[in-house]
Amino acid sequence: MSDITKQSLSELIKNIKEKKISSTEVTKAFIERSEKSKKLNVYVTEDFSVAIDKAKKFDENPNLDLKLPGIPMAVKDLFCTKNVKTTAGSKILNNFIPPYESTVTQNIWNEGAILLGKLNCDEFAMGSSNETSYFGSVQNPIDKDLVPGGSSGGSSSAVAAQLTPITIGTDTGGSIRQPASFTGTVGLKPTYGSCSRYGIVAFASSLDQAGPMAQNVKDCALLHEVISSYDEKDSTSIDFKRNNYSKELTNNIKGKKIGIPKEYRVDGMPKEIEDLWKKGIDYVKDCGAEIIDISLPHTNYALPTYYIVAPAEASSNLARYDGVKYGFRATGENLIDMYEKTRSEGFGAEVQRRIMIGTYVLSSGYYDAYYLKAQKVRKLIKNDFDEAYKKVDAILTPSTPSSAFKIGEKTNDPVSMYLNDIFTVPVNLAGLPGISIPAGHDAKGYPLGLQIIGKAFDEQNILNIAYAMEEKINFKNKITDWWIK
Amino acid sequence: MSINLKTIKHISKLSRISVDEKKAEKLADDLNSIFEFIEKLNELKTENVEPLTSVAETTLKLRSDEVKSKDKREQIIKNSPQENEDYFVVPKVIE
Repeated sequence: MSDITKQSLSELIKNIKEKKISSTEVTKAFIERSEKSKKLNVYVTEDFSVAIDKAKKFDENPNLDLKLPGIPMAVKDLFCTKNVKTTAGSKILNNFIPPYESTVTQNIWNEGAILLGKLNCDEFAMGSSNETSYFGSVQNPIDKDLVPGGSSGGSSSAVAAQLTPITIGTDTGGSIRQPASFTGTVGLKPTYGSCSRYGIVAFASSLDQAGPMAQNVKDCALLHEVISSYDEKDSTSIDFKRNNYSKELTNNIKGKKIGIPKEYRVDGMPKEIEDLWKKGIDYVKDCGAEIIDISLPHTNYALPTYYIVAPAEASSNLARYDGVKYGFRATGENLIDMYEKTRSEGFGAEVQRRIMIGTYVLSSGYYDAYYLKAQKVRKLIKNDFDEAYKKVDAILTPSTPSSAFKIGEKTNDPVSMYLNDIFTVPVNLAGLPGISIPAGHDAKGYPLGLQIIGKAFDEQNILNIAYAMEEKINFKNKITDWWIK
Repeated sequence: MSINLKTIKHISKLSRISVDEKKAEKLADDLNSIFEFIEKLNELKTENVEPLTSVAETTLKLRSDEVKSKDKREQIIKNSPQENEDYFVVPKVIE
């Protein structure tokens, strides 16, 4: 079968279960295509020969009752994988070999999947373009020198380029949904507390969530069902009844009330985004849903709030990188000098910038003016959503204010880079689930995404809406394999 | 407000990241433009708003205090940039 890598996850599972293809054939096919795709720079660590061994072992005695039987997949390099190097895209973790496995990846291996390798990402997931990675920029398979979004840029690029059938990312302010939107793929940021944070390199602990990325909604639902679990190793993991999201997936969304928040019509939004949004509204109407205008009055305050809360938590989380217990160490004249040089040489510019912001807003005399203020505004933002959900079942917005931009275009202006996350950040602040689905192309032929935001723990509902819309949109990604000679 | 070089030096001490003059100037510029953007929050009156500390409205679960992960010393020490048998090694702190 020559076109193995073109198959969706659901097709691969069906073919493996019917013994039409083996796990070894599938694994080799994705490895072969990955070998030809080095130009995209998606891998930080390849684990290909081990993957083939595991696939062979699976084929000797295949357990076809598993949800991901013998399916190879690569994961974002923010998930700790036992005995496989985990860098978080940083020099400071360049040689870190975790002695444990993250719960989310463990859930995946328990269902029969096989690790292909670790995917590039912005350093400590801080970035919207994958350009802050110590291991270099990632190419978007859509076009040459185009960013794949971030921070899960290696993940989005790898799925779009069909180097892995599915993958997982993490989303603190949009890091799954924005790259999904930039690459014409589907990405779900689950409700806070749905997927365990155990073993994920921490960025901002009150916002971080792991989530699935895939080529279509059904695959995304299946992977979500595998990774979402209650975990006592994560004190903020929530024990609630999880669905069989893929089995319960339906395109019947008749009578659902979908909210359109007027505050998401931001100044300077390109007309093609506005048009895409209108098209999205028509699609959900076609599916029998009802459109209701709503207001989320504090939307404009979400980004400034995020840029206090996230750096504050990051400055605290990243205090552990001191050159003593693991990771990179610089030589210093004494202990303090060693710490300061290690952190100065080990962290990249964006990470240092955010640690500085965070340290400042938490420092004596400024805590009330910044951090406490931000926590209060965060409450107002959450209240906006609570109010809206009295009237609607879900909310439809664009995923991003523009399509993918060129590598280097926004690196000199942090604030313009931050504006990328304007539609995604409020969802993290309120702890809600959000999914981005590809919905059209701009004039350049670059993909554009729409976001559906749900009530807490209502992933099934937004997956259903996404599934119904996907059928109407019938999106086709325009990928020419330009990077393969 | 404006963040000057003196403030940058102070924050760099607190965050244990060494910065030279050139880097300090760049950081001051960046932080000033970011804080200008953050100042927008002052438009809002929040005296009577409760701060949101966690989106998950649950109380922490209790569990029994048992060792579940043991015999990891060797693996953990192995990741250290410098070690000596069972210890992490750091530059001398006592003269």
